[in-house]
Amino acid sequence: MSVIVDHLSYIYSAGTTYEKKALDDVSFKIDDGEYVALLGQTGSGKSTLVQNLNGLLKPASGTVYVNGEDIFEKGYDLKTLRGKVGLVFQYPEYQLFEEDVFTDVCFGPKNLGLERTEVELRSYEALKQVGLKDEAFFQSPFELSGGEKRRVALAGVLAMKPEVLILDEPTAGLDPNGREWIFELIGKLHDEQGITIILVSHSMDDVAEHADRLLVMDKGALTMDGTPKEVFAYYKELMQIGLDIPEVSKVMHLLKENGFNVSTDAITLKEAAAEILKSINKGFNR
Amino acid sequence: MIRDITLGQYYPAESVLHKLDPRLKITGTFLYIISLFLVRDLLGYAVAGVFLAIMIAISHVPFKFMIRGLKGILVILFFTAIFNVFFTPGEVLLSLWKLDITKEGIRVGVRMVIRLVFLVIGSSIMTLTTTPNRLTDGLERVLKPLQRFKLPVHEVAMMMSIALGFIPILVEELDKIMKAQSARGADFESSKLAVRIKSMIPILVPLFVSAFRRAGDLATAMEARCYHGGEGRTKLKPLRYMKRDYIAYLLLFVYLGIIIMTGIMF
Repeated sequence: MSVIVDHLSYIYSAGTTYEKKALDDVSFKIDDGEYVALLGQTGSGKSTLVQNLNGLLKPASGTVYVNGEDIFEKGYDLKTLRGKVGLVFQYPEYQLFEEDVFTDVCFGPKNLGLERTEVELRSYEALKQVGLKDEAFFQSPFELSGGEKRRVALAGVLAMKPEVLILDEPTAGLDPNGREWIFELIGKLHDEQGITIILVSHSMDDVAEHADRLLVMDKGALTMDGTPKEVFAYYKELMQIGLDIPEVSKVMHLLKENGFNVSTDAITLKEAAAEILKSINKGFNR
Repeated sequence: MIRDITLGQYYPAESVLHKLDPRLKITGTFLYIISLFLVRDLLGYAVAGVFLAIMIAISHVPFKFMIRGLKGILVILFFTAIFNVFFTPGEVLLSLWKLDITKEGIRVGVRMVIRLVFLVIGSSIMTLTTTPNRLTDGLERVLKPLQRFKLPVHEVAMMMSIALGFIPILVEELDKIMKAQSARGADFESSKLAVRIKSMIPILVPLFVSAFRRAGDLATAMEARCYHGGEGRTKLKPLRYMKRDYIAYLLLFVYLGIIIMTGIMF
């Protein structure tokens, strides 16, 4: 399912003294099955942008096309859209509310108006997908650990079977194990089920390793769009807008500055290791 | 969505009124309200009205924000007028069925309405030009003498400022939760009342959970920093009277003097 953002602008508290332009003429296209990461400093408009993508916020001007249809046109069925474009908010575990985990996960698909058996089947599958242990299915969500709650909240969105999945900082507040697990899950959803992924993140290392394409936002505008290698080549520009490059790239830059013959476009650990080995071998062969 | 609600109704602007000490503004508003109940004749109301008009003019707050407060008491205003006009005994001007409109009734009715309108606008000026934090600060100082009567003034002020601080946080939280549930297909705009009430559950449960969590966190944070009540506690920004505050006090008493004079002279 393709998503086209067409000259989108958004203004908070329009018409009051607190007026603030959060999105300024943003345009881009995301194709079916892409794995895109959205980068930008706090307040750069990432969250506002993703909320426009499934119609939670209405833009001041411009529009969004999902599957070729204008989602802000009168009469467009937003409810169905929200099933297709799943949005996982930051700290999604704070939206859990039901008496038990399973019923909570059922909330999403039930709202789509599906039949009960279908709702329960989807919820069961989603909970299995996020790897929650069976004993926890009928516990109160408030009794679970932080990591488990996050799994349940994710399942709540996955049970709606979205074709585009937007995740706003899904790893925030998780330990390294939890982070790894989240990326594993996203990877699986992308590779095995062909779900289009839009990942909002602050971690340059994570996006370098997982995303195929990066969108960089600054002060409400889209400033860069390209593969991780292309984007991370703009080291200085990124630093200027309060972002960073992966730790690995930094090491490569330092090596180069100190006279090692390495290419600085390695952005993941694997690439860096290969590059360094190559350089060392060359040195021996000389 | 919900972010557009103005809270504590403070209106940021640059004006003398904004800069004045909150203690002065609280006392001033209080005295102004008392003055409204002292005046009996038209001249007095004119003086109070002129005073109010000057305050509005120097506050740099748009007039529409001032009268916003009146919307809430529109019903009260209406009934005040009606009751006074019909149920005050006196010289009958017009008889409608069993109800008499009297001359005195009209006079009292108009007076009461003016009084209420002035009262609401007067106190709106205070809340519009003072941040909630400064307001509680000022209130704590003004009410301090009541401590002698075992009234926990500091604690009340602390609770007020914490509550005020929490309002924007909880509003934001509410906004987030509503969006998150909408993203899961929740419907808050159904026309059926039963559906709408039921749709509040997915919002209220997480909101309460988070409010309790935040309150607990705050209590821990306060204890970790050795909070032990108001005794011997100093302020980061202590309230200090400036020259302008003394001048304002002076003007306030001049105003009160004039009001009392009009009462005596006529």
